[in-house]
Amino acid sequence: MAKDVRSVLESKEFKALVAKRARVSTVLMIMLFLLYYGFILLIGFNKPFLAQKIGESTTLGIPMAVAVIILAWVLTLVYVVWANAIFDPEVERLRGQLFGK
Amino acid sequence: MPPVTELAAGTIQTTLGKPTVPSISFFLIIVVITLLITYWASKRTKSAKEFYAAGRSISAFQNGLALAGDYMSAASFLGIAGMVALKGYDGMIYAVGWLVGWPALMFLIAEPLRNLGKFTFADVVAFRLKQTPVRIASAIGGILTVLFYTIAQMVGSGSLIKLMFGLPYELAEILVGAIMLAYVLFGGMLATTWVQIIKAVLLLCGVTVLMLITLAKFNFNRGELNTEVANQYTQAALEPGGLISNPIDAVSLGLALMLGLLGLPHILQRFFTVPNAKAARVSVLYASGFIGYFYIIIPIVGFGAAALIGRDIITQIDKGGNMAAPLLAEFVGGTPFLGFIAAVAFATILAVVAGLTLAAASSFSHDIYVHVIRRGKATEREEVKASRIATLLFGVIAVLLGILFKGQNVAFMVGLAFAIACSANFPALVLSIFWKRFTTAGAVWAILTGAFLAVGLIIISPTVWEDVLDLGVGAE
Repeated sequence: MAKDVRSVLESKEFKALVAKRARVSTVLMIMLFLLYYGFILLIGFNKPFLAQKIGESTTLGIPMAVAVIILAWVLTLVYVVWANAIFDPEVERLRGQLFGK
Repeated sequence: MPPVTELAAGTIQTTLGKPTVPSISFFLIIVVITLLITYWASKRTKSAKEFYAAGRSISAFQNGLALAGDYMSAASFLGIAGMVALKGYDGMIYAVGWLVGWPALMFLIAEPLRNLGKFTFADVVAFRLKQTPVRIASAIGGILTVLFYTIAQMVGSGSLIKLMFGLPYELAEILVGAIMLAYVLFGGMLATTWVQIIKAVLLLCGVTVLMLITLAKFNFNRGELNTEVANQYTQAALEPGGLISNPIDAVSLGLALMLGLLGLPHILQRFFTVPNAKAARVSVLYASGFIGYFYIIIPIVGFGAAALIGRDIITQIDKGGNMAAPLLAEFVGGTPFLGFIAAVAFATILAVVAGLTLAAASSFSHDIYVHVIRRGKATEREEVKASRIATLLFGVIAVLLGILFKGQNVAFMVGLAFAIACSANFPALVLSIFWKRFTTAGAVWAILTGAFLAVGLIIISPTVWEDVLDLGVGAE
């Protein structure tokens, strides 16, 4: 069994898959960071932008905070859908190939 | 910091601080139901896997609710509502920061963590390294984090119960300690998870109803509510203000809010209660959905409290603004609704303390007792027994420290826990997953340096010398 695991771990396909997942999560992490720090830096550097009125007294900052929360969740959704619908089946397929199942 | 005062008299019409029939009934119903669940769970909790990880039998949806329950502590519910009520827009920054930790957790560490199929934070760090030293170090880092987090919750619970039911602070501490110990000792992770699920559902429903009745007063128009806030407290209440004034503050607070989550042992332990990686991912998706929804509606409650109750009255009841949400509940829904919200707040604290205690006990019994003292030779029976003894010890220590730290600001205490989690646990965890050449010595020193620096700075801080030990120049 230990030998089987090793052969999977060292196969080219498996390494490619691992690298692929690392790429996807890095890209998503960078998007999350830009989204969140964009918001935080606006608070730090450009308060008037967030303070501008979009209604009678509602400021732009309020829907923006809500938008950051929703978009952060959407990024999570993207990852979960990708991992469960694309990544996992590929791992399964690879496992099947290597063990001839 | 002055202790929480009871200025309930005067012009304020509130039953807060007096035990009422609805509040006591709701409270008793919640305690009885959760104890029944504990009894049911105790019949199913025999092996170590069942005690620590609920036999990996929790579904993704259930685990999502439980994760949300673990995270939506009193600091989130009462704290953010109060902060928005008193400080306006800036309270929303905390809501955003505390949410974005979840996608970060998902992208960075959830997957590798889950794949190792272990029980505790130390299991993960020690996986490729020399067991004994790493286990001791990471158990120290983990237990310290959990301890400070627990003190924060215990201090919060004592003040809350005192304010809501009029019980003496010390009695409230003992009561919370006793009920929480019953959950963990007899029901293990299964009971703790179900308590979290019930509490999360109650909290989400309670806050949703509170938000809807509040918005109904403004014809379901958020703009009208904002205008009312602006009329009473000037437009500044709806603009970012004093909390983050310069870029360095922004970057630093931003990092702390986001990455604090990644070093919390009781959250990490929840990844091991579901059957597989797929379920672990989906449970994070559910959890961040619930938490995101909660953080979107809680500022409405905060602004509603500012508009309908007024900042003066809120600060008169509690300086930190922690009672904004309960006061609003009484104003819009009368004494029964206050009773319900108060009971939910109490359940929130009980559940979070139970989760924390379980994490600390697992760390002690699994990492120190089994792997270090018994060199991995203990039977499962002995391990579960050891973790029950550790639970009892930790519960007693939590009650005592809760009494010692009486009157401290809860958010500040949570900040200390996050500081330890960030500096001790997070670097070791991330490096052990991503750095192939990470060594045993590196892991041990990373954790110990972070832990002792953070705790050392806390110990020499004015809070301990002046407020807790009463030794400083500024002591009252």
